[in-house]
Amino acid sequence: MDVKRKVEESAPPIVRYKGISKAYGDHQVLDHIDLDIRPGEKIALIGPSGSGKTTLARLLMTLEKPTSGTIEVNGEQLWHMERKGKLVEADEKHLHRVRGQIGMVFQHFNLFPHMNIIRNVMEALVHVQKLPKAEAEARSLEMLERVGLKDRTHHYPSQLSGGQKQRVAIARALVMQPRIMLFDEVTSALDPELVGEVLDVIKNVASEGEMAMMLITHEMDFARDIADRVLFTDGGRIVEQGPPEQILEHPRSERLKLFLARFRRHFGDSADVMTAVGLE
Amino acid sequence: MWWDWNYAWSIVPELLRAIPITLAATLEGFVLACLLGLPMALAKRSQLRWLSWPVTAIAEFIRCTPLIIQLFFYYYALPSFGIVMSAMTTGVIGLGLHYSTYLAEVYRSGIDSVPRGQWEASRALNFSRGHTWLRIVLPQSVPPTIPVMGNYLIVMFKETPTLSAITLVELLTTAKNIGSQSFRYLEAFTLVGILFLIMSYPSAWLVRKLEVHLGRRERRAASHGR
Repeated sequence: MDVKRKVEESAPPIVRYKGISKAYGDHQVLDHIDLDIRPGEKIALIGPSGSGKTTLARLLMTLEKPTSGTIEVNGEQLWHMERKGKLVEADEKHLHRVRGQIGMVFQHFNLFPHMNIIRNVMEALVHVQKLPKAEAEARSLEMLERVGLKDRTHHYPSQLSGGQKQRVAIARALVMQPRIMLFDEVTSALDPELVGEVLDVIKNVASEGEMAMMLITHEMDFARDIADRVLFTDGGRIVEQGPPEQILEHPRSERLKLFLARFRRHFGDSADVMTAVGLE
Repeated sequence: MWWDWNYAWSIVPELLRAIPITLAATLEGFVLACLLGLPMALAKRSQLRWLSWPVTAIAEFIRCTPLIIQLFFYYYALPSFGIVMSAMTTGVIGLGLHYSTYLAEVYRSGIDSVPRGQWEASRALNFSRGHTWLRIVLPQSVPPTIPVMGNYLIVMFKETPTLSAITLVELLTTAKNIGSQSFRYLEAFTLVGILFLIMSYPSAWLVRKLEVHLGRRERRAASHGR
């Protein structure tokens, strides 16, 4: 299924990382990252664990604060704001406003276990976007239908399979209509036979949306199908980036070649990677 | 001087009359402790230093000094500052304040048991701080603490004889009064012990049942993952 849409090359970026660094004590997780994501663009981040790809998403979702550098969302500073002509640290009110354009799906779903499915999806519409309950419920139902869970609306998360839970989590983030959606290893915690249903939902969303996406994933075929651009991160830097075919089939850097080769050995990915690394 | 059944029966009604006041002091103290414990727990984990420091210091002070000294202070020392309270009011406030510091710790453990992912999902959905607390964190942190709360209720009940020190006429004082009138202490104190046992034991049993029930529910939820 080819879901890629034409991304406008000239449009101003929806997200711009400028010189972003993040360190925990002595440990440098991200090292001066520059990255533009255009409206509607789908990017996939691949790389060894600990390479900083998840941190990149978490900084944008304001779950963690960058050590230095700036992030702009739709031309506006995320972690900073202007006060009396000076750039100061953003307060909660500013973060709240800018954060509204960003959505996120987590590896471990993070559904609210004490609320049923429809409530999980509606909650933010009612309490953040302040929609009337009836309208929020209608929109949530529509979204649950899109992810194929219309008949589970009154179940509780504990009654669903992992794949179903993750689809609810996608509906919950999607219903807020973010400009960019972050998918943080959303299939890593799933049993192998449940991965497909979640990837299908994401592909479906990708094919119809104007929404930009950042996919942090170990599913190389999925990245290839869906992404306009694949970025390989290692040691807190973006080592290589480009169209999926180029990155996955004709890697240039030694580190990416090594990563793909290791990956191939562990997960049995397509053979062209092997060819590219010259191991065959 | 051995056990006299007739005498024992004759003092039971008087002892029973002291039960309501004992229960009232326990329950009112417990409600106060629950109400004070929650804001105390929130204040202690607050990022605002000017709030968390003094509250932590006061809570530690209360927790690390004996209840009876606090009661004496409230009842006999506060009047010199013009604060005069009845024995019952003093007892309820004393018990409530003392145990609020313990319940604050219980609330804290409940709050800490909410997975970090719940906070992160709330943030990603752009919930306000207040909404995250009221709708996401507290509804998940209070139920697992209920058995522990129940245990503290029983502990507080057993602590009420301390209130006899500030002249509250609860079970122990009543027994003491009966004894000093007839010079027979054996029956009165034995009966008080038995009355406490009769009331504590079923409550303890109920709390244990509740614990098992909640534990089972918790495990069910956990086995499906969050």
